Amino acid sequence: MAGLSPGVFAGSLIVAFILTILPLPEWAAPYRPYWTALVMIYWCLSFPGQIGVLASWLVGLLVDVLTGSPLGLHGLGLAIISYITLILHRRARLWPLWQQAFVVTALLLNDRVIALWIRGLIGQNTGGWEYWASPVVSGLLWPWVHSMLNALQTRSRRS
Amino acid sequence: MLGSSPGNKQPIFSQATSSLISLVVVVSLSVLLMYLDRRHAYLDTLRTGMTTLVYPIQRAVDLPVRGGRWLVRSLVNQQTLLDENLTLRQQRLEDQHKLQSLAELQAENERLRALLESAARVPEQVIVADLLSVDLDPFSHLILLDKGTRGGVRVGQPLLDAEGVMGQIVETGPFSAYAMLITDPNHALPVRVHRNGLRGIAFGTGFTDQLELPDLPVNADIREGDLLVTSGLGGRYPEGLPAAIVTEVVRDPTDDFARITARPTAMLDRSREVLLVVSRSRVTTEAEPDGTTTATDIVSDEATAKDAPTEEMPAAETITSQDDSSPDQSPDNPDNEQTDDTPEDGDTR
Repeated sequence: MAGLSPGVFAGSLIVAFILTILPLPEWAAPYRPYWTALVMIYWCLSFPGQIGVLASWLVGLLVDVLTGSPLGLHGLGLAIISYITLILHRRARLWPLWQQAFVVTALLLNDRVIALWIRGLIGQNTGGWEYWASPVVSGLLWPWVHSMLNALQTRSRRS
Repeated sequence: MLGSSPGNKQPIFSQATSSLISLVVVVSLSVLLMYLDRRHAYLDTLRTGMTTLVYPIQRAVDLPVRGGRWLVRSLVNQQTLLDENLTLRQQRLEDQHKLQSLAELQAENERLRALLESAARVPEQVIVADLLSVDLDPFSHLILLDKGTRGGVRVGQPLLDAEGVMGQIVETGPFSAYAMLITDPNHALPVRVHRNGLRGIAFGTGFTDQLELPDLPVNADIREGDLLVTSGLGGRYPEGLPAAIVTEVVRDPTDDFARITARPTAMLDRSREVLLVVSRSRVTTEAEPDGTTTATDIVSDEATAKDAPTEEMPAAETITSQDDSSPDQSPDNPDNEQTDDTPEDGDTR
């Protein structure tokens, strides 16, 4: 059985990076989905033997540099997300997409809690309730992201 | 198709254990990285390398925005352009008038300083840089510039716009640089009250329109509407640049310190082009012969400063950034002594 196609993997990450720093109007910025996490969850879920904690951590470091965050903040978050995904992947792959979406939301909320601690230690201002909006938007987008990446991956493997 | 994966061939425990080990390793590494990144400069080469890696993505995001702006610019009608031209012309006339008196004042200042045998102020060179239209980490106040070490940008250079101080460069790549705005909660800016020379430190609050001065006593002579200018202490920012306007002073008699908030004069969230001040050197012994910059010099400087390297700085390409000739810069004012014991301010904490 062929593994993941590197082209689709790299392409999905580049698109996620672009969406991460795409300028949004100020009111919409807090609702920006955590694209990189969505993409990494998909790859961890579908190819747990190849994409693991280490790969997610390295991707997270790139996100840190891309957005100018403290080096290691997103690395830590994505490593934890992918670890939990790897533990769940046998069960989660059998769930319908809407149920997966709830789990993804919970994962990302958990990530925000961890980031809140770290940002609090650094002294950054995380604002009000909008801080928790992004995981919900990400969860709503999960079925769409999953189907699209799945279609791309399947097609590239067939050809 | 998706159901089978190479993971199925391994026993579940070994895979779970190995990912747990790598999780523990990378979590500790992340904590170490965050600590080092914040406290020390060991990671600068690593960060610079990775910055170069992600630069094409940042550039790609900026490109359509830039293109859109260009499109808008090329589609404006003639009347708008004529109107704008007229306003600019008038503005230029006024500025030129001001500059003439400024040149006179500067010459006078030089003479007086020579009489007092104090070191002459060194005029600074500036680099003009554009902001890249990308959204960075929403919880820190950073902006991305389209010039890096190749364009003469160095860590620590102050950043200005037409209205005042914006921030300083915290990280550079070969083609891009990250700047921290003065409103970042990790930023401290040494300032003084323009009216009476009272010194303090303006800290960022995390809101784009707010700074606070937490260490001035309750009875400090400061009031709403006071202009705060940089004091030059700490050596990071040039002296006398407008920084903020005091918006609120709360004096609680039970508290030792007044609660003072101020609004930055620079348009931190709207400026597209910024000026970077290149300080000539920290040693200010050599007197600068070109103390009288005229308006025409500045116009040509704006054009040439874009691609001027910093290494050789011809005297013709200098712009003096100190536009105020404030009478009070002597440190022996007894009212100001209380904030003098902060030599490390002006740095990021």
